[in-house]
Amino acid sequence: MIEVKNIEKSFDGKVIIDDVSAVMKNGQCNLIIGSSGSGKTVLMKCMVGLFDPNAGSVLYNGENFTEMTGAHKTQIRKEIGMLFQGSALFDSLTVEQNVMFPLNMFTKDSFRKKLDRVNEVLERVNLIGANKKYPSELSGGMKKRVALARAIVLNPKYLFCDEPNSGLDPQTSLVIDRLIKEITEEYNITTVINTHDMNSVMEIGNYILYMYQGKKEWEGNNKEIIFSKNEKLNDFIFASEFLQDAKDMRMLEEKGKISRQRNMEALLHKDAPILIPPQQKP
Amino acid sequence: MTIFNDIGRYLLMIKGMFSKPENGKMYWKELIRQCTEIGFGSLGIVAIISVFIGAVSTIQTAYQLVSPLIPASTIAQIVRDTVILEFAPTLVCIVLAGVAGSRIASELGNMRVSEQIDALEIMGINTKTYLILPKIIAALLMIPLLVVLAMALGIWGGRLAGIASGIISGSIYDKGLLEFFVPFNVIFALIKAYVFAFIISSIPAFYGYYVKGGALEIGRASTKAVVVSCILILFADYILSALLLPT
Repeated sequence: MIEVKNIEKSFDGKVIIDDVSAVMKNGQCNLIIGSSGSGKTVLMKCMVGLFDPNAGSVLYNGENFTEMTGAHKTQIRKEIGMLFQGSALFDSLTVEQNVMFPLNMFTKDSFRKKLDRVNEVLERVNLIGANKKYPSELSGGMKKRVALARAIVLNPKYLFCDEPNSGLDPQTSLVIDRLIKEITEEYNITTVINTHDMNSVMEIGNYILYMYQGKKEWEGNNKEIIFSKNEKLNDFIFASEFLQDAKDMRMLEEKGKISRQRNMEALLHKDAPILIPPQQKP
Repeated sequence: MTIFNDIGRYLLMIKGMFSKPENGKMYWKELIRQCTEIGFGSLGIVAIISVFIGAVSTIQTAYQLVSPLIPASTIAQIVRDTVILEFAPTLVCIVLAGVAGSRIASELGNMRVSEQIDALEIMGINTKTYLILPKIIAALLMIPLLVVLAMALGIWGGRLAGIASGIISGSIYDKGLLEFFVPFNVIFALIKAYVFAFIISSIPAFYGYYVKGGALEIGRASTKAVVVSCILILFADYILSALLLPT
């Protein structure tokens, strides 16, 4: 479990994170959402220790990470895996060498054993046979999957993903989302994801923290978000008419008034019969 | 104020490099890789420059020595001392600041911008120790060797040009090389090489490691690293000459 307590961070006097607190639990996908410049990435970097917060603390299973120094901090960091927005793969290394890098650095296993582990995680992210390829030879989705394989190769307790779907097509985004969710549940990892992607919010958001201008504006889960009356949140999430319709139908679905299949039919086919007259919309 | 801020961050970076490696084998591999890049990667340009500098020194020295009272072997002495004292260490290191220095700055800059350094930090690796220290050690190991090679090639280039242009015969040149030879000159050149090697590796590492922004900033950092390195090399050259050479 990760606890964020009253985190504040500013750069050159400009407040970027203002008194944000949250609790992120094991075995679930914890999403930080918000528009560009809302402070999501800064918050995540404060959580992993890439930035030192001006005030507040980050607790990993009750241990204050912000106040840790030296070996203790390094020990916690070894339990963290991170998937970066741009994948952050080492250009001069092949897929296999990239994934093996943490094993080479922190284990004394034989090459055979390390290779087996690399193949195991590459299989887990559906990248069998890509071992000898260089990052420049991979598509955006493949790079993300290699980065995910590298992030989980040491069996981390905490997984951080900074905009895992940026630059990916909707189908590949879905694959990455499901992969993260499966891995989170399978290994009981505390996963924290920064995202703009509304599919991700609805698909995997066990806990959602909505940031607005550096402050925590709303928190809840992917069921509660549909019924939220928070105007800023609704403007951000359901920005288009299509998404508004989707929200309305998901609300009816959640209330058990229509089936998921019927919902999809109505959304995708404009000529489908209207479900309920507009004046009756909740 | 920026300059004091930069000096402070530079010193903190140097201090931060000295920590226990997470895995000695990986650090050793990185050191060998850097030795190859800095040493063998610069071998060609150093060889070409050294030979031509020696050759030009011979011709220009002969052009200026017009008196028949001065023996031809003096040309070899002047070329030898000029190459050992100044051309091999200083000129070669200025060229290396461009070749190896810009490579170090752009490599680290690219790693910073593409979040590879952050990825290493998250893994619990001290990036200053893993990325910067091997570069500095490799430079301290390889650049003095390149300077010694440059001395030999410069003197040989001078001999070659002297013979080819008919200024001086090979035997007189060789005789001149042995006359009034001061072994301290080589030691002095090596002291300079070590100081310059530290500048060539640590200054670009500083500018690359702390780069902010994108591709444009990497280019700027690389250029700034080369310019500052060259200025510091010339400044250190003056200080070392004033301190160590008896006048």
